[in-house]
Amino acid sequence: MKKDNSRRSFLKNISLASFSALALAGCNMKEIDEFLQKNFRVLSEKEKTDIIRSLEEKYKEKYDKEFHVSAKPAMEGVLFGYALDLSKCIGCRKCVYACSEENNQSREPQIQWIQVLQMEKEKGIDFAHSNIHYNPEKVPEEGYFYVPVQCQQCENPPCVKVCPVKATWKEPDGITVVDYNWCIGCRYCMAACPYGARHFNWGEPNVPAEEINTNMHYLGNRPRMKGVVEKCTFCIQRSREGKYPACVEICPVGARKFGNLLDPNSEIRYILENKRVLVLKQELNTQPKFYYFFGV
Amino acid sequence: MKNQNKKLSVLFLAFFTAMAIFSGCLNDNKIDQINTEMQSIQSDGKYTEIAVEQPPFSIGIFPCSDCHSLIEPNPARRELVEMHDDIDEIFHHDSENRWCLDCHDTNSRDSLKLASGKLLDFKESYKLCGQCHGNKLRDWKVGVHGKRTGNWNGEKEYLLCVHCHDPHAPKFKELMPEPPPVRQEDIH
Amino acid sequence: MNFIRFLKGSIRLVLHGTKLYYAWLFFLAILIIWGGFGYANQLQNGLITTNMRDSVSWAFYIGNFTFLVGIAAAAIMLVIPAYIYNWNPIKEIVIFGELLAVCAVIMSVAFIVVDIGNPLRFWHMLPLIGTMNFPYSMLSWDFFFLMAYLLINLIVVIHLLYSVFYKRDYNRKMVLAIVFISIPMAVGIHTVTAFLYNALPARPFWNSALLAPRFLASAFCSGPAILLILFQILRKITNFEIKDEAIWKIAELMVYAMFIYLFFTIAELFKEFYSDTEHILYWKYLLFGIGDNNEIVIYSWSSIIMGFIAFILLLIPKTRKNFVTLNIGAVLIYASVYVEKGIALIIPGFTPDVLGQIYVYTPSMTEIRTAVMIFSLGFLLFTFLVKIAIAIIFEDYNIDVINQKGEEKGQRNRF
Repeated sequence: MKKDNSRRSFLKNISLASFSALALAGCNMKEIDEFLQKNFRVLSEKEKTDIIRSLEEKYKEKYDKEFHVSAKPAMEGVLFGYALDLSKCIGCRKCVYACSEENNQSREPQIQWIQVLQMEKEKGIDFAHSNIHYNPEKVPEEGYFYVPVQCQQCENPPCVKVCPVKATWKEPDGITVVDYNWCIGCRYCMAACPYGARHFNWGEPNVPAEEINTNMHYLGNRPRMKGVVEKCTFCIQRSREGKYPACVEICPVGARKFGNLLDPNSEIRYILENKRVLVLKQELNTQPKFYYFFGV
Repeated sequence: MKNQNKKLSVLFLAFFTAMAIFSGCLNDNKIDQINTEMQSIQSDGKYTEIAVEQPPFSIGIFPCSDCHSLIEPNPARRELVEMHDDIDEIFHHDSENRWCLDCHDTNSRDSLKLASGKLLDFKESYKLCGQCHGNKLRDWKVGVHGKRTGNWNGEKEYLLCVHCHDPHAPKFKELMPEPPPVRQEDIH
Repeated sequence: MNFIRFLKGSIRLVLHGTKLYYAWLFFLAILIIWGGFGYANQLQNGLITTNMRDSVSWAFYIGNFTFLVGIAAAAIMLVIPAYIYNWNPIKEIVIFGELLAVCAVIMSVAFIVVDIGNPLRFWHMLPLIGTMNFPYSMLSWDFFFLMAYLLINLIVVIHLLYSVFYKRDYNRKMVLAIVFISIPMAVGIHTVTAFLYNALPARPFWNSALLAPRFLASAFCSGPAILLILFQILRKITNFEIKDEAIWKIAELMVYAMFIYLFFTIAELFKEFYSDTEHILYWKYLLFGIGDNNEIVIYSWSSIIMGFIAFILLLIPKTRKNFVTLNIGAVLIYASVYVEKGIALIIPGFTPDVLGQIYVYTPSMTEIRTAVMIFSLGFLLFTFLVKIAIAIIFEDYNIDVINQKGEEKGQRNRF
């Protein structure tokens, strides 16, 4: 056992040394620390605190604002669920932009976690004939309905299964998160996701300093870097504080519902028990916790 | 059991602090700002009596009695010409069978009235709506129809029916959509 | 110490050659530099310099990776017929097959490295220091298999060359054992690579049990094609003896592989088109385009036509035994499989995307340049290795020669 440990640390030292040497040219200590940072899930509390403090400093330097980065863990007895009323959604895309602002999504190149699909009522839910670029004067348009799609927070997430480095995982409250410092950017998860919910930073992400949301969670809306994957986290920085996600609060028609699936008195449970509910691509057995329902 | 106790205490807390919190001092962030004109309703957990703030009256029109106390009530159904003709024009809420005084009380002009004749404060207008739209009222109370904001595990704020639906023409108004996403071909 | 002399000898071999050899190196160097600048641009600005986007998040790079894994797998598989038909120069066939496999694996891993967003974080994938998602992620399996395959092939090649260099007998038992391990490994790497795509229910185009068999069949078309041409070249420029019959046999085996591939593909097409479910969209995009979006059709049909001509050329005994038409067939099938793996396998998996949207992908200049860089580097490595192998095996370049030269040099210095 001891022998194994020493060999392990030896290997570690060797690799750390070689990688440090590799990364050294023109780098400062912070960058090296960041480079050598471990997977979030194996960090000690102290390491987390240190990393978060240094992140807050880094962001302050960059954006000239005070930042609060949380690493709040999941609450006990909570499993988040989401329901979207297809009979209400009018396709106004307010959620798309509220999400983008709340979660510091890159404006240029544009990244949006919510995609709103316009579908023909005659065809029903039919992705092949859907359109995300609709742009009429007024919505809803006659003969169409709208299906906003974001991360479905699967109970059986295919994206987590395929990640070669365990950089993405499902938290105890059911939210699938990404460690942006651990993701290698192989995009296997994007190939595996049946909902197009994962987005890649093809270029350097860019959020104007005056628009940046300073209330952050480590696994959520903190600024991402080039070459990593990001996704909806049910606004983890809000939902773990008891607040509704930004898309729920902005929706002008109240089509978006959110709550604790384990609480029998929650609105989400009421919907599951009293409404006709569907999940997208049920046949894939991803078991989404994002339900679509018909409120009427 | 434990959960329920926790929930009760949260609701009590919510009840006492509700007024203080929601009298217009919501400035946490942008999303809360859009709710500043929103009315706060508190439930006691069983969704029976719901406290409401001011409904969205048109400016300068309430109290109705300011004008109507000087006018002799005329209960005959007719087309309005001199005043409220704008409402008459857009009125589209079972207009074949109903008119003003089916919901507004003939004598007590600052009240609404139920079919039973019971007078109703404007803050309780949802009960009036619920007379016909019972299913909607039930869904609304549990937060499934309409919108609640605040905390998913604590105090929540309701919008009244009339905040989204003009009671005289309840069909939801069309909106201008936000711009479509940049085409991936154009991301460079 | 001995090994260092072996290395020194090898380096000397690589540095000296004919004018043609230098011209070839110069040509490769130019391509490497040209491609390298393209890749440098990608490193600096990110993968936005490629034409991959969220809808088509894997493309040309991963297609090249897949193709090269196929080459690596097929190169070793030639050992089986070499044994069965008792072609005499088995040792030589093994060595050149393994050299090709080594280069192909290195190139395939290089394509993964250029495809990932944070290449410096590659160490996260490694066991012990990283957090390898074993056994769940097929990419972890693939990486693991490829590394093991690279290692055992390197061992065999180096051992063989080293032994000949020192004029010793090579360890026949060990070599045979490893070669026989590497044969199922070869099947393994390509199967695991197919599984990488295969088990994604989100992508119906790949989610067919026939994918891995089709991969293997197509690899048996393209891999031997390279060796077939290489053996002819070797036969010309060295005293490497391989009979015409052996080369025709390889071609014949390629025809069987092509036939099996054709059969699998027709079975796949029949199932998709006759059942006519929503999954047919991807095949339609590949073969006919959807609406105005038919940019990819030229790739798919050129691959089909090239493959079909090659099939005919190698099928008819007369053209198979004519070296002109045989080589045309070999080049065509190689090109056909390259286009099929590079474009026609990956792109329809993503088009239309999971939400039914169509983003038309064709490789960007950066992608082409980066691929050229990797292929040129791979060819360079292959050239070096083949040159070393030729000298050691066929030209009696051994330790005596080195010693002799060393003496000469020493004498010259003395005077």
